[in-house]
Amino acid sequence: MTGDIVQMGAYIGAGLACMGMGGAAIGVGNVAGNFLSGALRNPSAAPGQTAMLFIGIAFAEALGIFSFLVALLLMFAV
Amino acid sequence: MIEGKRIVAEETGGFAIYPMEQFIVRPLLGGDTVGLFTITNVTLWMALTVLAVSAVLVFGSRGRALVPTRSQSIAEVLYSFIYKMVEDVAGHDGVKYFPYIMTLFMFILFSNLLGLIPWAFTTTSHIAVTAVLALAVFISVTVLGFVLHGASFLRLFWISSAPLALRPVLALIEIISYFVRPLSHSIRLAGNMMAGHAVVKVFAGFAGALGIFGILPIVAVTAVYGLELLVSVIQAYVFTILTCVYLRDALHPHH
Amino acid sequence: MDAEATGGAGMPQLEFSTFPNQILWLVVALVVLYLILSRVALPRIGSVLAERTGTIANDIAAAETYKMQAAEAEAAYHKALEDARAAAAKVIEEARADIQKDLDIAIAKADAEIAARSAESERRIGEIRDSAMEAVTVVAKDATKDIVTAFGVKADARSVTAAVNARIKGGAA
Repeated sequence: MTGDIVQMGAYIGAGLACMGMGGAAIGVGNVAGNFLSGALRNPSAAPGQTAMLFIGIAFAEALGIFSFLVALLLMFAV
Repeated sequence: MIEGKRIVAEETGGFAIYPMEQFIVRPLLGGDTVGLFTITNVTLWMALTVLAVSAVLVFGSRGRALVPTRSQSIAEVLYSFIYKMVEDVAGHDGVKYFPYIMTLFMFILFSNLLGLIPWAFTTTSHIAVTAVLALAVFISVTVLGFVLHGASFLRLFWISSAPLALRPVLALIEIISYFVRPLSHSIRLAGNMMAGHAVVKVFAGFAGALGIFGILPIVAVTAVYGLELLVSVIQAYVFTILTCVYLRDALHPHH
Repeated sequence: MDAEATGGAGMPQLEFSTFPNQILWLVVALVVLYLILSRVALPRIGSVLAERTGTIANDIAAAETYKMQAAEAEAAYHKALEDARAAAAKVIEEARADIQKDLDIAIAKADAEIAARSAESERRIGEIRDSAMEAVTVVAKDATKDIVTAFGVKADARSVTAAVNARIKGGAA
């Protein structure tokens, strides 16, 4: 193996950053699951709230995308 | 750094996958440097996006039929979908900004979808593009808020329903989140597009390297491709609906 | 592909030298698209949709009118049907009454005739029976007289008649 310690650190950091995606996954699942349970309690109100569902998912997902971005930056740009 | 990566790729036996290569901006008409006016693949794919949108919305509706044809139905469904979204989210006085929001939606949607064609270039995977889109929304919405409401637009950050002691803290949080908006708005779109295309490329690279077992990554690529179609549409939708939400904040800051 | 020349190893998204180019073309594309949409496509689709909404509203109103007309026609039809039924019932009732009357008269006539005929028959049967009884009495008297004469007794006509009459009454009783 060649390479230097900086590269090693960057790769390790990229791997660690990917853990953030798990958090985003939990968040998205939380949003969707709570939407579903609410929709099953009151199905007539559900169609009006799908926009809020997507907004919530988008917010939760954005933070996971941030961690992915950090991983990419560490892999390719550092 | 670059040399090290290449060596690693060669030593591990042919896993030479460059998932980021597809995002390179290249001059189309020869030459190596990308100047301000160079015709690049960005130019090509943006032009194709404009053409595709025009084809769907202008060419599709040319019949003006009372009973719509198939292509006219597509144009009408897109139109009424976004129109209803603007009306529902931004309120009735947001309707006059509908053409701009429709432009944003159609541009992002078709950029995302055209980018899924093999060998295509995804313009919306570039942070420069999405940052301009998001900043345009951010700046115009902020200016609009101040023009319409003057200094009282600042009460957007002063939550009058909260206890007085909490309000400065909340105001700080609101201001930070307000200025993070263009960042998350742009990075969400670019990151989603970039991530999806990189994943497809990585799986495709596995398929080339695995020989007969390459069928497994091909199945995975197919599944991921379906997911990417969904993500393309959802991200265009999310970008648009967030624009509408920001527009509502500018039009009605005292909720 | 030479990674160094194209920046293939780094992130192409962070090649800042390409940013002005991308932004320029993005702005051009957005302006062109905005002009196309706001000048041509959206007004056209909007007018088509508005026209359709108007047409549908008109058609619904027209359909409503037709529906009311149809309801009126139906009511009139039902009324006519009811009237016709009532008239028919009346006619039937009258016809039945007429027939009943005729029938009653005919039955009365027939009854009278039957009664007359049976009375006549009774009378004739009575006559026949009376004449038969008379004949039997005469024959019995003659026979008795002859028998008594045969026995050599001078038959008294009056006593013979009394005896025969007593016998016939006893036999009849």
